[in-house]
Amino acid sequence: MSGHSHADGVLPHEPEKATLEGRNKVLGFWLFLGGETVLFGTLFSVFIALRDQVNGGPTANELFSLSVVAAATLILLTSSLTSVFAIQAMHRNQPKAMVNWLLVTILLGLGFLGLEIYEFVEYAHHGHTFAASAFSTSFYSLVGFHGGHVAFGILWISLLIWQVLKRGLTVVTAPKVYIAGLYWHFIDVVWVFIFSVVYLMGKVG
Amino acid sequence: MAHGSHAVKRYTGIMDWLTTVDHKKIGILYLMAGGFFFLIGGLEAILIRIQLWKPFNNFVSPDTFNELITMHGTTMIFLAVMPVIFGLMNCIVPLQIGARDVAFPFLNALGFWTFFFGGVLLNVSWFLGGAPDAGWTSYVPLASTTFSDGPGVDYYVLGLQISGIGSLLGGINFLVTVINMRAPGMSFMRMPMFTWASFITSLLILLAFPALTVGLVALMFDRIFDGNFFDPSAGGNIMLWQHIFWIFGHPEVYILILPAFGIISEVVSTFSRKRLFGYSSMVFATVLIGFLGFMVWAHHMFTSGLGPVANALFSIATMLIAVPTGIKVFNWLFTLWGGSIKFTSPLLFAVGFIPTFVMGGVTGVMLAAAPGDYQYHDSYFVVAHFHYTIVGGLVSGLFAGVHYWWPKIFGRPLNETLGKLTFWFFIIGFHMTFLVQHFLGLLGMQRRIFTYLDGMGFNEMNLISTIGAMLMGVGVICFVINVIVTSAKPKTATNDPWEDGRTLEWAIASPAPEYNFAQLPLIRGYDAYWKEKREGNKEMQPAEPLGPIHMPSPSILPFIMSIGLFISGFGFIFHQYVVAGAGLAVTLACMFLRSVIEDHGYHIEPEEIQPRGFKA
Amino acid sequence: MKKRWLKWLRLMSTVAGAALLLSACGRADLSPLNPQGAVAKEQLNIMKISISIMLLVVVVVFAIAIYVLIRFRRRPGNDGIPVQVEGNHKLEIVWTVIPLILLVILGVPTVQTVFAQAQDHSKDENAIFVKVTAHQYWWEFEYPDEGIVTAQELVVPMSSRIVIEAKTADVLHSFWVPALAGKIDTNPAGNVNRMFFDTPDKTGIFLGKCAELCGPSHALMDFKVKVVDAQSYANWLAAMKAPAVLPEDPAIADAFQKKCLSCHAVGELGGPVFPNLTGIGDRESVAGVLINTDNPKYWNEGTVYDNMYRWIKDPQAIKPGNLMPKVELTEQELQGIARYLADYKLNYESEELRNNDATSDKEER
Repeated sequence: MSGHSHADGVLPHEPEKATLEGRNKVLGFWLFLGGETVLFGTLFSVFIALRDQVNGGPTANELFSLSVVAAATLILLTSSLTSVFAIQAMHRNQPKAMVNWLLVTILLGLGFLGLEIYEFVEYAHHGHTFAASAFSTSFYSLVGFHGGHVAFGILWISLLIWQVLKRGLTVVTAPKVYIAGLYWHFIDVVWVFIFSVVYLMGKVG
Repeated sequence: MAHGSHAVKRYTGIMDWLTTVDHKKIGILYLMAGGFFFLIGGLEAILIRIQLWKPFNNFVSPDTFNELITMHGTTMIFLAVMPVIFGLMNCIVPLQIGARDVAFPFLNALGFWTFFFGGVLLNVSWFLGGAPDAGWTSYVPLASTTFSDGPGVDYYVLGLQISGIGSLLGGINFLVTVINMRAPGMSFMRMPMFTWASFITSLLILLAFPALTVGLVALMFDRIFDGNFFDPSAGGNIMLWQHIFWIFGHPEVYILILPAFGIISEVVSTFSRKRLFGYSSMVFATVLIGFLGFMVWAHHMFTSGLGPVANALFSIATMLIAVPTGIKVFNWLFTLWGGSIKFTSPLLFAVGFIPTFVMGGVTGVMLAAAPGDYQYHDSYFVVAHFHYTIVGGLVSGLFAGVHYWWPKIFGRPLNETLGKLTFWFFIIGFHMTFLVQHFLGLLGMQRRIFTYLDGMGFNEMNLISTIGAMLMGVGVICFVINVIVTSAKPKTATNDPWEDGRTLEWAIASPAPEYNFAQLPLIRGYDAYWKEKREGNKEMQPAEPLGPIHMPSPSILPFIMSIGLFISGFGFIFHQYVVAGAGLAVTLACMFLRSVIEDHGYHIEPEEIQPRGFKA
Repeated sequence: MKKRWLKWLRLMSTVAGAALLLSACGRADLSPLNPQGAVAKEQLNIMKISISIMLLVVVVVFAIAIYVLIRFRRRPGNDGIPVQVEGNHKLEIVWTVIPLILLVILGVPTVQTVFAQAQDHSKDENAIFVKVTAHQYWWEFEYPDEGIVTAQELVVPMSSRIVIEAKTADVLHSFWVPALAGKIDTNPAGNVNRMFFDTPDKTGIFLGKCAELCGPSHALMDFKVKVVDAQSYANWLAAMKAPAVLPEDPAIADAFQKKCLSCHAVGELGGPVFPNLTGIGDRESVAGVLINTDNPKYWNEGTVYDNMYRWIKDPQAIKPGNLMPKVELTEQELQGIARYLADYKLNYESEELRNNDATSDKEER
């Protein structure tokens, strides 16, 4: 019933949905993302309410450098594309290609994180620290939470790469990779909102 | 291949309970833990009522009183009634839909242990630094470090955060279980009402708890890391807390009551020997209540200064919820109409529920009218309203469900005489305690006061209220005695001990075997088991041949993960970040192990599967 | 039989409760059911509409429930299966539409009253504008148009509209004078709230309460609204603006200035952060909760002097957690200051008011 591949040894077309456990995982993860949407939605609402409360410190307009943020956005969006390629490879039963695309994805993710850390250090030098104002606290909470999600995703995908290399692409490992892909897309979508609401709106005022 | 070929891991004794991923055992764990916290919350209530029995009493200090009211509310809502609800959902929903377990047995166990350790963390506060004392609603600025500088509110934040993880996991679990794992023929519109209620409740949990998560994180950041979400001097805004809390808090009360509605539907139908009147309306009404529940949060903030447009809109939205609720009440009454009503203890509780909850509901409509609320808000009128709905309503419903399903869960029915005693003491004590509180509020007594002045006209009613609370305590003691006395009896319950079971859980042995169904049943209609019985069949028709049954392996990881979170919570509360990090590391390590270790469970072979009615 | 009795009891108690309710019981200086001001009367009106509608619902539900539980009890020997009824569309429509209609009946006046009571009357010609600041655990009342500040007792003229601007200096509190109007929360600056209430056409003293959990002494944060005739009000304003009166005895005066005026104020002297003591001798209470009376009945009652003495001697014993420490005073200084403050009266009450006082208000106790 579960964990069994096909009698003829060929992986089914959508291996992540071939077992009940797999289908449960995929549905469960979509629902989890629904909850995460509410979570980030609440964080966004808080940020929007507090974004003008700079307590004498630097404003969004003064702080943000759109070039760095644009670069980070490009990197993260590209990583989402490469994760799509990974899943496509999975559906074509090409575990090697899938692993390679996943590796590119996490490398790009690391690049994104590196830029973000650089950015935060710059801001801190300008007086925009966590405890500086309501604006800064909500900024670091929202953007930092997202960054934390990216970091967790990198660790998770790395672990999955190792598992696929060790055990191969099976009806057990496929759902894990699929939902990691969903997760990665989700944090990409959240970033699009952050880019728009925090950075673009911050520059425009 | 992926077939588990290791030795089957089976534990006994305590290890069995610490490692179980069986929804039935996890359900029992939830019931026991919830029951335990209910007793603690009840003790806190008794202490509160003793302090208030006369004016100027000094039975407890003002600080202790504020800790008591905070812990009473927090414990009862998060650690008592919600776990009992989860307990019943766990024990019963998979059986009602013809499934062998929930979708995520491991996460199910994790959900229990995180709830449990979150609750322990919260209650350890009594002994280690002081319990939270800013109310279960923990409004800022009172809850900020400026005005609450002990660890109390930190216990609140971390304890609830950890417990909340459990609730969220449980919600996702039941959603997937109901969507993906119904037996063949069990369409959505053939599901029992308790399952429908659990399903909608789980959706509410998924969408409401993340808001609480953010609120608790924000309060934690302000208190522990010098954040400024709620600090006006740095640009923060105290109203944000109220909005975030109540965007969670209002759906929360529907999370509490919808399962009770489900139970009442089951009990009323079974003990009047009639199908539920207006089933599709009942389903629709449940969905509508769940949806509207997200639209009304600001009725808790009518006096906060939101302005007339907000107050008017939220008044109307709140009043609207009365309509689907009323639909349900009338459908229950018309289920009883024309029936053959047997007054067992579950039915007594259900019958006590209906008028009591209606009284609570109508005071809710009164509260919905904002200008009236300008007087009622933060007075004993509100205290009366929510105790009528939560205690007279929800807790009566839980007592009904617990008495109804006890034989299915434990293999022995509770004693009927003690059950009836529980009912009478509880319901009479309840009305004595809370009916007068409506008038106390209307006479000008505010809530959350540790004492009141003499000569205000409050004395007699407070005394009556306190005596009522004692009677409720007697009722609860009758129940505890019932549980103890029953546990000594042999497990002789048949599959259908009430003899009028309509739903699928009554088709299998009591208690259910480890695998629930030897063969998944074929569902041919609503009230699936009743339908078979009416056609002369003693059992459900099978939907599959007899074969090896796959079972998930037990695991100690959920228990250890929760301990990791518990330790981490302590670290954050006392600003020991190495400890906090170490606790989180333990949890993450367990997650790593879970991902990396492949364990595909084990199989129960057909030879081991006993015929229905005999325990393996 | 038992079931029928219990249902009957519940029904009767609900009816009795409603009767009690609608007969306007409760103290005239405290109860929302016995409103004395126009705003509270409007609010009671909404309450009455909602209670009447809801009573109708409760009676209908209880009647059906009682009937059903008696009529369809399983009788011994009758073991049959009743007819299984799926539902009834007509009924479903009836019990959906009728509640909706009832809600419209309640909803329309609700919305009207919400908007009416949210009007900002601060620019009205004759409105009296008071800035209320709530503290842990006392009430500050500033009359910006008059340039005066007082504490614990809100003195206002009868037949007037009082506009309140409410905020807190620390945690959330809530300004509630049940006999005159519903409450308004006091938020920190940045979320300041406004409300108004109308004073009745007769004099009286009304109880005020804090209605938001604010710490251990939340229960003890009472205040008073003293509605006086126009002449008394004018006298009071004038007296509040008069120069400060210090103790006659220079030693007491010295102790008072050094140890009290660093925090408190009398007249033009002293600090603004803590309760203003001008004219404290003829207020209804000391610290809001020690009621001044020559016939003390309860623990919190006493003569003005006794209350003053008690409070200054150990403020924490009366109101745990309040910000007044135990001040270092000799017994002589303590007695002297208590006597001075107890005698610090403004004597603003007009002839008419003194006559009213003598006959009416103390009967509530």
